[in-house]
Amino acid sequence: MTDPVLRLEGIVKTFPGVRALDGVSFSVMPGEVHALMGENGAGKSTLMKVLGGIHQPNEGHIYMGDDEVVMAGPLEAKAKGIVFIHQELSLAEELSVAENIYLGELPRKRFGRVDWATLAEKTNAILKKLNVGFDAHTRVGSLSIANQQMVEIARALTVDAKAVIFDEPTASLTDAEKVVLFDVISDLQADGVGIIYISHRMEEIFKITDRITVLRDGQYQGTVETRTANDESVTQMMIGRKLDLSRNVSHHKMGDIALEVRGLSCGKNFTDISFHVRRGEVLGFYGLVGAGRTETAETLFGLRDPSAGEIRLDGESVRIGSPADAIARGISLVPEDRKGQGLVLGMNCRDNMTLPQVDRMRSGPFITQGTEIEIFDKYKDQLDIRTPGWRQQVGNLSGGNQQKIVIGKWLSMHPTVLIVDEPTRGIDVGSKSEIHKLLRSLAAQGYAVIVISSEMPEVLHVADRIVAMYSGRIMRTFTSDEVTEDNLIQAISGIKAEAAA
Amino acid sequence: MKTGALSEALKKGGIWGFIVLELIFFSVAGQFLSISDKAFMDGGNMLLLLKQSAPIGIIAMGMTIVMINGNIDLSVGATYAIAAIILLDSMTWPIFAGLGDWVIPVSCLLALSVGTALGALNGLIVWKTGVDAFIVTLGSMLGFRGLVFMVNGENPTSNLNWTLVDLAEAEVLGLATATWFLLGVTLVLWFVMTRTVHGRNAYAIGDNREAAVNAGIRVGPHMLINFAIIGFLAALSAVVFYSESGSVNPNDGQLFELWVITAVVLGGTKITGGAGSVIGTFGGVVAIQLLRKGLGHIGADTSTVNLVIGLILIAVLFIDRQLNVKGKQELRI
Amino acid sequence: MATLTKQEIGTVLAKQGILIAFAIFMIGFTLANAKFLSADNLFSVVRSSAILGVMALGVTFVVISGNLDLSVGSMMSFSTIVVLDLHDKIGPLLAIPAMFAMTMALGAMIGFLVGYLKLNSLIVTLGMLSAIHGLTLTYSGGKNMDIANKDGTWFGIFGQGSALGIPVPILIFIALAALLGLVLAKTPFGRKVYAVGGNGTAATFSGIHRARTVFACYVISATCVATAGLIQASRSMGSQNTVGQGMELEVLAAVILGGASLMGGAGTIFKTVIGVLILGFIQNGLLLMGLQFYVQFIVTWLIIILAVWLDIAAKRGRLWSPIA
Repeated sequence: MTDPVLRLEGIVKTFPGVRALDGVSFSVMPGEVHALMGENGAGKSTLMKVLGGIHQPNEGHIYMGDDEVVMAGPLEAKAKGIVFIHQELSLAEELSVAENIYLGELPRKRFGRVDWATLAEKTNAILKKLNVGFDAHTRVGSLSIANQQMVEIARALTVDAKAVIFDEPTASLTDAEKVVLFDVISDLQADGVGIIYISHRMEEIFKITDRITVLRDGQYQGTVETRTANDESVTQMMIGRKLDLSRNVSHHKMGDIALEVRGLSCGKNFTDISFHVRRGEVLGFYGLVGAGRTETAETLFGLRDPSAGEIRLDGESVRIGSPADAIARGISLVPEDRKGQGLVLGMNCRDNMTLPQVDRMRSGPFITQGTEIEIFDKYKDQLDIRTPGWRQQVGNLSGGNQQKIVIGKWLSMHPTVLIVDEPTRGIDVGSKSEIHKLLRSLAAQGYAVIVISSEMPEVLHVADRIVAMYSGRIMRTFTSDEVTEDNLIQAISGIKAEAAA
Repeated sequence: MKTGALSEALKKGGIWGFIVLELIFFSVAGQFLSISDKAFMDGGNMLLLLKQSAPIGIIAMGMTIVMINGNIDLSVGATYAIAAIILLDSMTWPIFAGLGDWVIPVSCLLALSVGTALGALNGLIVWKTGVDAFIVTLGSMLGFRGLVFMVNGENPTSNLNWTLVDLAEAEVLGLATATWFLLGVTLVLWFVMTRTVHGRNAYAIGDNREAAVNAGIRVGPHMLINFAIIGFLAALSAVVFYSESGSVNPNDGQLFELWVITAVVLGGTKITGGAGSVIGTFGGVVAIQLLRKGLGHIGADTSTVNLVIGLILIAVLFIDRQLNVKGKQELRI
Repeated sequence: MATLTKQEIGTVLAKQGILIAFAIFMIGFTLANAKFLSADNLFSVVRSSAILGVMALGVTFVVISGNLDLSVGSMMSFSTIVVLDLHDKIGPLLAIPAMFAMTMALGAMIGFLVGYLKLNSLIVTLGMLSAIHGLTLTYSGGKNMDIANKDGTWFGIFGQGSALGIPVPILIFIALAALLGLVLAKTPFGRKVYAVGGNGTAATFSGIHRARTVFACYVISATCVATAGLIQASRSMGSQNTVGQGMELEVLAAVILGGASLMGGAGTIFKTVIGVLILGFIQNGLLLMGLQFYVQFIVTWLIIILAVWLDIAAKRGRLWSPIA
């Protein structure tokens, strides 16, 4: 029986008011790929931050081999052989590949001069191992994202790694690039390195991992062998209830076509997109990051210029030149990044909610504060927004309540078409369900709703029809009856549909 | 971020093309507008140009590393003035009375030390308080100038030490001492930025500070050293210039920071940090000096020069933005 | 829980630190020289702060929208010189609007470059500082401007007049502060300024025209500068062409002292007025103590750094920077 490369036992981590990790135990064997799964907020990244030395646990122990260790900081963790490949790449774009790989550890000669020869030698050795197409002198800024990720991985190999943590590594990769990544992971496995793989993508998890550990709400739910598990059992562990994959059945009548898009293209972002949405309908957009869904929404909202194609609102062909334009024409967008795009965190709740219509709420030159507060109160009640009052700074609200402010903001504009991009990302399960019900009821009230989502249960539950996108194109549009998890996953992974079964 | 071949070429070589353009423009315009009979591109004129580039140029080299690092220093003009005063004044101090001409290196050393110390002070404040370099040096621009008046009073300080003047006016291999200093500083800083760990780290810190911190690079001391370097160079520039001129006015050096930053930005260094080169800055310095000389050659006065320099700075920003525009399919924020 | 209270105390100190320090200064100054607290002196401080104050009002808009304006000093010199010059050429009634138009055109230019072309405001306004300085020198031919017949004109009313016992400059300052304060706090435009400065991306996503808002802020700033130039010209009926030199720093110091964040999205007209007064009183106090003018420079330097440092420290919860 081999010893695990690393073992965490009974890890507890608290922040003011929140118990982020509640006695979590986790171990990784040498040469295994161990998946770490859980919904957003389950504690996965907190656990990894504890392992990586960024946070200190309040209770619990970390063991490597037989010894107990303390990870005092990221450098310490690295020195002990724990390497983190983050989702956000942290590279210096102006420097060369070699300088990035050895950032902070450039080999020196006397007087602080860089030892270029040694640097090149060491870098080439690593690059050879990874079998990449670029060389040590290339400026990192000129590499593709996939290659930049390779540079990050190469950085990992400068250390005698015992464990490598991958956090959503395939988010921006094409299929071909994923194959290269998986090969690298295999090589690491063969060297006896323990791999921790954090991802939401079931397909990959079931393809390359040996064991799966699930966290929920900071608590350890269990570890299973990948061979013996399936989607449903794992999902059940993640959400603690049977997945409500009830297909959406609309009982109300659909109205006219509110929005129709024909042959819309926007450079490299997406090509030849055609779809329509009716009043009373929820149209889902499903696909991986980079499929082009958000870019499509941004084009409809006037944030991008289409290079070809037509947009028709209520039958009439329109040009949308700016968000103000889109808003005037009855299109509203609840954006993907609620803190960066949806809210001004330093402003209070009321002001945030009434921002798009601030020009309208006036008498003479002044804002009519009474009307403003009315609007806020209306949506506070309707959406059940929890806040001590309208004066509260939006930055102090929870994720779910912040999202409701953004949704309220756009509902108050009474749009014809409401586009919602990742409506429940980073939100607790309770609020998630509220928002889903809300979206369904908006459709029943006659709105044309477009929901962009990366969560399969969500899009299956909420949408009447689903547009599956991959790499900037629509692969297939499914009705509620036709869609199954299988054919949906296949569509968004780029697999062309065979003749309908 | 991919740019077309043309814009890549423009970005790298643009400044040199600009210099060539200037030479052509002023030579031609000079034929018609000049008051003097000599041609613009006269050999002696060009050598003089290099010498006159030295004060701004020496400081600009320091500003390059500070800006690549992600910082900026608006107090260089004031440091320049203080160093000049210390240099000239200290040569007459009673404690040095017995040294004769040996007071020269002592005074130089004193001036350089003061400059370095002031620079280090800036760096220390930026490091320890976390206040942005722009604000810190905006404040020290005022504060150091206050020190200038405190030490010197409102009248100019003069001290003509003929040995020093002779040294300053000497020519070695046809180039003035000032020119040698400029070339020397350029060479040293080029070496530091391209060949040493400290220099390469500067790019990393300016480009992605978080990545640098996570990689274990000690950002605080690094920035302190860079500010000390520019403080030293501001003092060096003063020593080089005032050795020859022998008289300093407490208001001297005002707007120096503008010239220096313009030269650095012109030479291709990004305001946001992480990119730039010492050679590019050298080009920027020459381009600006060429502009001043050229405008003077065709009869323009200082006010016009100020006007033009200000406009050039803005034009450079504009061109830089145009070259980096990604295209119509990008997000219109 | 003890730590929490310490943190709370720290935050309160940082936020009110300025006022506390100010109170200490005032007490100190009065002890050093009893004349400090006399009605005459207080009045004179407010009056001489009026010019700086008017400029600071405009810069407040620019700073809240997330930008800077280092050109206000040389722009003020420009305004002063132009109005004095035109006064003798086309008479005060035409000269004043003409000067305003020219100054606002400069502001519009900056607004275009920073708002529509999205160039960096620090560098643009630094360049404009030099360009406008050059412009002023060229316009004035390097000479000082003086009004030929100082007694034969009503022009002096702005800088030297009084109404109801209050000097006109103070009245102008108060009126402008009230007007701009209302605009910033109560109009849709004011709301947009806060939004653009607080999160420009979110503002765009909410349908706000970011470029237009930034542009307008610079035009407002230029208008305030023109007003300041008018008061200055009218006060001395003649001027050097470098009269405004260095004022951009004092204005920025006043705005920072008043608590506006240089990141954008925070600050108010009222706070800026406080900042202006604090700066004015400190400078006056130092003067009354018999200290040389350069001490003001050094004190202003320390104040700027302390004010911003405490503001940042309060936000991050730590006094010292966490940079290694």
